[in-house]
Amino acid sequence: MKDTLRKFVKSIGLPRLIITLMFIGICIAAIVLKLPFGMLASDVIRRFGMFGILALAMVPSIQCGTGPNFALPIGIICGLLGSLMAIEFGLTSKALGYGFISAILISLPFAILTGWAYGLMLNKIKGSEMLVATYTGFSIVSFMQIGWVTLPFKHPEMIWPIGKGLRVTVSLDSTFGEFLNKFWGFSIGGVYIPTGLLLFFFGCCLLVWLFSRSKSGIEMYTAGANPKFAAASGINVDKNRVLGTVLSTVIGAVGIIVYSLSFGYLQLYLAPLYMAFPAVAAVLIGGASTSKVKISHVLIGTFLFQGMLTIAVPVANQLFPEGNLSEVLRQIVQNGIILYALTKVGREA
Amino acid sequence: MAQVNEVKSVKTNKPSTATSIKKLLFDYSVPILFIVICLIGVYFSKLPAVFIVNTLLTRITRNSFMVLALVLPVIAGLGLNFGLVIGAMAGQFAILIVTHLKIGGFPGFLWCLVLSTPFAVIFGLMTARLLNRTKGQEMISSMIAGFFANGVYQFILLFLVGTLIPIKNPDLVLTRGIGIKNTIDLTTEYGLKYSIDAVFEYPLFYILAGIGAVACLVVVIDYILKSKNAPEQLDKFKYATRLVISGAILGVSIWVITSGSMLMSVKLPVATTVMIAMLWAFNVLIMKTKLGQDFRTVGHNMEIAKVSGIDVDKTRTIAMIISTVLAAWGQIIFLQNIGTLSTYGSHVQIATFAIASILLGGASVTKATSGQAILGVILFHTLFIVSPKAGNNLFGDAQIGEFFRAFVSYGVIGVALGLHAWNKRVQALRRQLDV
Repeated sequence: MKDTLRKFVKSIGLPRLIITLMFIGICIAAIVLKLPFGMLASDVIRRFGMFGILALAMVPSIQCGTGPNFALPIGIICGLLGSLMAIEFGLTSKALGYGFISAILISLPFAILTGWAYGLMLNKIKGSEMLVATYTGFSIVSFMQIGWVTLPFKHPEMIWPIGKGLRVTVSLDSTFGEFLNKFWGFSIGGVYIPTGLLLFFFGCCLLVWLFSRSKSGIEMYTAGANPKFAAASGINVDKNRVLGTVLSTVIGAVGIIVYSLSFGYLQLYLAPLYMAFPAVAAVLIGGASTSKVKISHVLIGTFLFQGMLTIAVPVANQLFPEGNLSEVLRQIVQNGIILYALTKVGREA
Repeated sequence: MAQVNEVKSVKTNKPSTATSIKKLLFDYSVPILFIVICLIGVYFSKLPAVFIVNTLLTRITRNSFMVLALVLPVIAGLGLNFGLVIGAMAGQFAILIVTHLKIGGFPGFLWCLVLSTPFAVIFGLMTARLLNRTKGQEMISSMIAGFFANGVYQFILLFLVGTLIPIKNPDLVLTRGIGIKNTIDLTTEYGLKYSIDAVFEYPLFYILAGIGAVACLVVVIDYILKSKNAPEQLDKFKYATRLVISGAILGVSIWVITSGSMLMSVKLPVATTVMIAMLWAFNVLIMKTKLGQDFRTVGHNMEIAKVSGIDVDKTRTIAMIISTVLAAWGQIIFLQNIGTLSTYGSHVQIATFAIASILLGGASVTKATSGQAILGVILFHTLFIVSPKAGNNLFGDAQIGEFFRAFVSYGVIGVALGLHAWNKRVQALRRQLDV
């Protein structure tokens, strides 16, 4: 009995089990407290689609052997830059998805270039990727604070009416805000399904999955999983690590565009500083480790983590009207799971 | 006189001095770069000297203790201890208890030190256990541990106080009866504000003049004694620089005192300074003990340490506990000077700023001294004071200066960590090639 239980726990993974139980517990609490089901379910689905691509960005970086991409803010900055430029240049016609497509297209070259440069850097510091990545991300975000003030953006919706620089939050109401959410969106039983958002997310997952099945995808996976074996069989490990980093940065850029679109605002300045952590936590909750990941981990992890947090907000507010219990819960769960994963580094395989 | 001495030593000892200078420039490239940046900032900020010296002194006395807490873990091979945050929380718990019990002033300060210690020991022990399980990833683990602990800390103070922990003090608890207030005023009758700073204050430049004079004497006497015993082993350049520095301190102080400038109004909190000096002495002296040698051996190579019979995990644990306790005390010193406890904010950036400071002082992930810590504090906080004003005067926007200093604090850590990782990898590759 004990052995089967232990096997069961091991097959699911301790963190996934704990979070699932917490998720179920919070759902029960929501039912007991008679919270509106339709609204909650709509929120869960929306947040699932909104955060998913940011979590997906972890897949290539873990697969190519550089660990979870704590430098996700690099990609995020590129995505923000692309969105800002799309709005600034007025590329917001309906054919361009009100700016959505142009934002992605403009951010691509930035993301590829910075991802490439960052990937080269990561090759110099093998073994300490996670820590250096974290501080690279922090540095870029704090450096771009100067950028947001000094870059010559002119669009009246983006800059402060008085003073210098871009606003802290730029509203997307008149451009591509909610574009994907409304695309083929419909309500069923009080639950709003943002079809476009979900399709786009699943599409991205499918692309990454297809890539991992392709020849270069398998090469990249081999380079990450067993660098020595890969090198012996003639795979250029360093090149594949750079490729994975570029892919991760690009997906991060697309991810933040989708996130902002669904959120309705571009968040500049310090907002991207800690954005990598929830994304890392999501894939880890889904069952990934710092060296192994599957698309299913992204889907399960994002759903569990974001779903739990979404439902926790109204539940916590019922229990403690003041104070941000769900935010505290997020910090504990998110960092607890990352710590758990860190204690497993180098122990598996 | 000092200059004359330097010229002499240059003449008598030319080749070795040139290499010494080169070595000095190379070893201290980071501090030198930031000394230049600071001087540029000071020049363009156009702030009055008395303001800069006064603010800087306050910041040095309130932050140095925390930065000195970083030294031991570095020596013991744990890298830069981002877990200072956890120690700071222990300090804040103690401050809350002492404020609740209405023990103020100097006794209150002492009680804070006493009460924070058991918390910090437990927290340090837990952090150390975690870090012993994550060898090779200590820094990111301690950083994430800090974030995690911050979540637990908030949970305890926001939701357990008033529900499980029965505290009803209206000065501390929010009006709804659950949770500690966002800001706790420490300036009240029972407050801790200046509880150690105000114990004994004395004009800074009298003290500096005294220190300068004593330092000059010590250098000269040391030189004379050493040159009698073993004149050929003497590093004249070292003595020359020491004499120039102490002479400069003495000269500047005498000049300030005699000129009757505004700078004479700057007072040094002597008791706080003594605490910092004691910690410096502790950091130096502990390295002369068996334990200190163990720290060094473990930090150098864990395998060798294990073979030579050192309990590696235990040694690392001791280093972490000491660092965490010192961080708790450092946070108490910091907050008694600030005068308000921002319950959920005071500790958050502590580790980042402390680590950026020590790195600016020329430390690295594997090497740190107390001197680097203090030099770093001076540089980092000079930058902090002058950058908004300098940014305003240079770019017409104070924000840019502020953003610049945020960038420096993250950037310098990033660059230092990157260089360290690169170096480690190059060495590993070399070792492979040798085999």
